[in-house]
Amino acid sequence: MRTKLSAIFDALLPVIATLAALIVGAVMLLLLKVNPIEAYAALWDGAFGSANAFAETLVKATPLLLVGLGICISFRGDVINIGGEGQMIIGGIFATWIGLAFTNLPGWLAITLGLFAGFLGGAIWGGIPGYLKAYFNVNEILSTVMMNAIAVQIMNFMLRGPMIDPVQAQKASRIPQTARLIEAYRLARWAPTRLHLGALIAVVLAILVYILLWRTTLGYRIRAVGLNPQASRYAGIKVPRYVVMALLLSGAFSGLAGAVQVYGVNFRMITDGSASGFTGNAGFNGIVAALFGQLHPIWSIPAAILFGALLVGANQMQRVVQVPSALITALNGLVVVFVVSSEFLRRRRQRQRLARANLDDSSPPDNASQPVEASS
Amino acid sequence: MISELFTVTVLIGILSSGVRLATPYLYAAIGETFGQRSGVLNLGVEGQMLLGAFAAFYVAMNTGNLWLGVLAAMFVGALMGLAMAFVTVNLQAQQGISGIGFYLFGLGMSDLLFQKLMGTVHTVEGFPKIAIPILSKIPGLGEILFDQNILVYGAFLLVLLAGFVLNKTNLGLMIRSVGENPDAADSLGVSVARVRYFTIILGGTLSGVAGASLSIALLNVFQQNMTSGLGFIAVALVYFGAWRPLGVLGGALLFSLVNSLQLWIQVLGIPIPSEIAVMMPYVLTILVLVVTVSRVRSPSALTKPFGREE
Repeated sequence: MRTKLSAIFDALLPVIATLAALIVGAVMLLLLKVNPIEAYAALWDGAFGSANAFAETLVKATPLLLVGLGICISFRGDVINIGGEGQMIIGGIFATWIGLAFTNLPGWLAITLGLFAGFLGGAIWGGIPGYLKAYFNVNEILSTVMMNAIAVQIMNFMLRGPMIDPVQAQKASRIPQTARLIEAYRLARWAPTRLHLGALIAVVLAILVYILLWRTTLGYRIRAVGLNPQASRYAGIKVPRYVVMALLLSGAFSGLAGAVQVYGVNFRMITDGSASGFTGNAGFNGIVAALFGQLHPIWSIPAAILFGALLVGANQMQRVVQVPSALITALNGLVVVFVVSSEFLRRRRQRQRLARANLDDSSPPDNASQPVEASS
Repeated sequence: MISELFTVTVLIGILSSGVRLATPYLYAAIGETFGQRSGVLNLGVEGQMLLGAFAAFYVAMNTGNLWLGVLAAMFVGALMGLAMAFVTVNLQAQQGISGIGFYLFGLGMSDLLFQKLMGTVHTVEGFPKIAIPILSKIPGLGEILFDQNILVYGAFLLVLLAGFVLNKTNLGLMIRSVGENPDAADSLGVSVARVRYFTIILGGTLSGVAGASLSIALLNVFQQNMTSGLGFIAVALVYFGAWRPLGVLGGALLFSLVNSLQLWIQVLGIPIPSEIAVMMPYVLTILVLVVTVSRVRSPSALTKPFGREE
């Protein structure tokens, strides 16, 4: 009974953390002389108020879920992938290139190839920092941040140069965007909304990632390396290989997210010269969603929908009560801080449980279950 | 056209703007060095800088006093540091991820305040150049090193001061011991928590100054996301400089000089695509990390929360 209650409490922690962030947000709204109830009502209305609103929420949730699935893999392998933005961009470029270079393929084939190219592009962009971490001890947080900056420049170069929309190339404005994909190459939509097949693909992949992590050797090894690299090494696991795999797969899912944005939402690659001009910050917000889903692929689905809702609702809030949608970015940050902080409560409860178990049980403590201190 | 790069005037221009561009990196990276030497990785530098940059600009614009702006930036940075310290020391939260949280908070918050309080881009008269008597008259070198604004001088003095504090003082010894072996430090009566609070708040304060150096000394505007990754690079420079202030200085100068070269290449219209030029410093950073990091050992307790076994 007690353990069941604790399990519920643990599962509720992220929800409590979000509520706390929303309360802080309400205080900020009050300081801005805005009625928080009115603001949050607008936010809710914008995200769930109509079928179309909910469809938009799911459209925004899709890249968050895809990036988040990758984050589940890498963070479980104790690899911190901050490179989602860059991986989305490279995935987007690869996918767009396929769609524009081959114009007489059957639609299903072009889409499959395009999405696969995005997956591959992201895998390359994640694999490089993975390789550098595994074999050169380069901190992946730093290298993925650098790779983001490099990807932005590659995108700007491609979209202003070799891949520029021929129409824009004629104009003085030269907006950095590619030509549009032909009709046959676009992911099916649930008309009249913008909800597209990519959302379904993401949900199916969430199940596959769950199977990967808990039902395959590869997933088991990635998690083992993440929990305890030293013990894994003693157990004969080639640790560097699984570090590379964790980042490579993580990048691949972000790359796919980029490809899905192209084939499902914009039908072209377009930017304002910054990373978020293409990604809409999904590379960072996907981390938030995955953390919120406790790095579990299935739980990441509702988490992604929640944050998709916040992003869509923020626009409505901006229209109705004139609060810049940047408020939601700030609140997302607070959610992350609160969620990782609330881990403290979970750990404390765990310690208390262990202490109680040791008191109740007179048998010697089981050393095998004690975490071994990993040295660097 | 390449030969145009090698005229004396251009070279001096590249070097002098390189020195100036190093300022924000130096403040932020030296602050981060203190944190990391005590075992705390603060990835929220970028967010602290953005809020600092906004606070400095907003206060300077409204009071006309640049120093009040710097103070405001320090205060805001210190507050962010205090929050970070509570979360990582008391609550023992995962440092890398909470840093990302603080980054997102600073990114959104500075944008929100900018849109609500200013609305459009304004400019201020930033810190003026101060030519140091005699030294600034040295041909070449004078213009590069001794004809800069006060925050540039401050950054270089800070490097020397940080090196002295970390290596030659009792405080520095405490910081290093907490970062290398917190259990031993604790058993010798050093309060691990207090030392880490100090270094994280100091780091936040300096990140605030780094932001101020951008918004009221270097660029003299505030815009959304104006740091565009600069804070993350500052964190990278700490690794790059092998956790030593002088190493950080070397990294910051290398990075900013390549950046300055890149700007001049564009100014002179040398036919290298600007995107390739902008990319160079990042590629270079990765390459240098590959070459250096594998040979240097990080502080042993870096990213590891400390809690006494009960």
